[in-house]
Amino acid sequence: MIKGNPLKRFFLFYYDGFKSMTVGKRLWTIIIIKLFIMFAILKIFFFQDFLDKKFSNDKEKADYVIEQLTNPKNINND
Amino acid sequence: MIENIDSALVDWSRAQFALTALYHWLFVPLTLGITFIIAFMESLYVKTGDPEWKKITKFWMTLFGINFAIGVATGIILEFEFGTNWSNYSWFVGDIFGAPLAIEGIMAFFMESTFIAVMFFGWNKVSKKFHLLSTWLVAIGSNLSALWILVANGWMQNPVGMHFNPETARNEMLNFWEVLFSPIAINKFLHTITSSYVLASVFVIGVSAWYLLKGRELLLAKRSIIIAAIFGLLSSLFLIYTGDGSAYQVAQKQPMKLAAMEGLYNGTEGAGLIMIGMLTPGKEINDNKEEYVFKFEIPKLLSFLSYGDANAFVPGVKNIVEGGYEIIDKDGNTQIALSAIEKIEKGKLAISALSEFKKAKEAENIELQEESLITFRENFKYFGYGFLNDPNSIIPNVPITFYSFHLMVGLGFLFIFLFAVVLILIFREKLIEKKWLLRALVFTTPLAFIASLSGWVVAEVGRQPWTIQDLLPTVASVSQIDASAVQITFWLFTVVFTALIIAELKIMFKQIKIGPNEGGH
Repeated sequence: MIKGNPLKRFFLFYYDGFKSMTVGKRLWTIIIIKLFIMFAILKIFFFQDFLDKKFSNDKEKADYVIEQLTNPKNINND
Repeated sequence: MIENIDSALVDWSRAQFALTALYHWLFVPLTLGITFIIAFMESLYVKTGDPEWKKITKFWMTLFGINFAIGVATGIILEFEFGTNWSNYSWFVGDIFGAPLAIEGIMAFFMESTFIAVMFFGWNKVSKKFHLLSTWLVAIGSNLSALWILVANGWMQNPVGMHFNPETARNEMLNFWEVLFSPIAINKFLHTITSSYVLASVFVIGVSAWYLLKGRELLLAKRSIIIAAIFGLLSSLFLIYTGDGSAYQVAQKQPMKLAAMEGLYNGTEGAGLIMIGMLTPGKEINDNKEEYVFKFEIPKLLSFLSYGDANAFVPGVKNIVEGGYEIIDKDGNTQIALSAIEKIEKGKLAISALSEFKKAKEAENIELQEESLITFRENFKYFGYGFLNDPNSIIPNVPITFYSFHLMVGLGFLFIFLFAVVLILIFREKLIEKKWLLRALVFTTPLAFIASLSGWVVAEVGRQPWTIQDLLPTVASVSQIDASAVQITFWLFTVVFTALIIAELKIMFKQIKIGPNEGGH
């Protein structure tokens, strides 16, 4: 068991843990690449929030959705 | 306005959500189940002090780590899709998902993330008991995370505990406990986690069987098989119980789904439960074709399981569309079921009243506001029907629901049989001689994933056309975006997720081939 300053112990706990990983290093690489693709590419370029992008406040969003929901005239639902 | 909604947009949005949800679900159940198996193994290590149990625990922990690492955050994609492709739905859901998903996030972060670090890095650095506690907390934490997601899904299947605010077009939570303890949500949670325990057990047995076939890691394989087969068998028995509870709830709250699960077009008293059957291809609601090409059923069992009465009437697809049969409402009174056309009319009344309310609000006409609100409230339970034109559009895809349901159930019983056989043979020390069975066990592993995915197909395809049962159909839930944008991201996800699955399988197979070692993870 590591003894001494709690912060140092906390740091060393993770530091030694990551250092001694074998298969884990490859997994962390995959996690980082995956998170990069998700948040830096998909989220920013392909998955912007539709209502946030179009409207600046909740009132406008509510009005838009009510407008959408109350005019279901020609929905192709057959 | 929802005018001229492109059906391709709805179809691609649905396909994309289905794709990402199913890929995500390839990772989740193994985590939910294997963490408990690891916790049992480590408990035996702490209790006996036998270093072999530590070696076994660390080996399965490494496989869990691979699955967890590759699968982590794949579910976030679904939240991206909610905001981009399903904005009407996301807005309409309102704050219902806020509390459960926030709790899920906090739990996942603090319980899983913190204690997973102790689990992997804490060997020889924290006490044995604290390490064991961390392992148990990872198992419990990951399962509790699933609770909140499944509560959110349960609410979509049976929206309760909320109030729809016509001024904001959002649902507001009135009673958190009603949402949390909704019988559908609880059954869904219990059924999902127990099915995940079965999946993990099949996985552990499959990998162990491979070692036995190769004549290596014999002690690890035998011990792992004993733990997994006992856990799998007990979980399977509970799975039957929770499955029965789920089916009962479906009968009460989503009778159309039940009819589709059983391929039942024409309702009957004393309905039998189809054990094996083949639907008549191309069967339509109003044609005179037989429902099944062949079927083997247990008489009256469907009526009994659905309503606790062997002679109860179980409505079929046609009955639910046409209405006119007796139902018992939530207060225990007998009512006559409305037809889909009547529900559509009521839904359109609700939509029209919402529109009137909005106009009256803008005109500051209090009297008209109150009047329209009364009409709206009276008909709100059929709100979603107002978006439909064809009464037959309330029918889900019957063949997909039917075959997915029977595949799931059939595989579930196969696993029970295998768990029992494996246990008997391993205690008689004869399992290792049965090479054919060991091979069968290895090849059974993917079937557990197929069974688990089939369960979700039943749950989600069977409740179409709804995103929120009776209140919002898929067609009214989508954002007005270009279908081609959804197509592009569909294929992007296909590539990314397939790469992740290939990475998982490659790393997992390599690690299995390496086998247990005394080093780090």
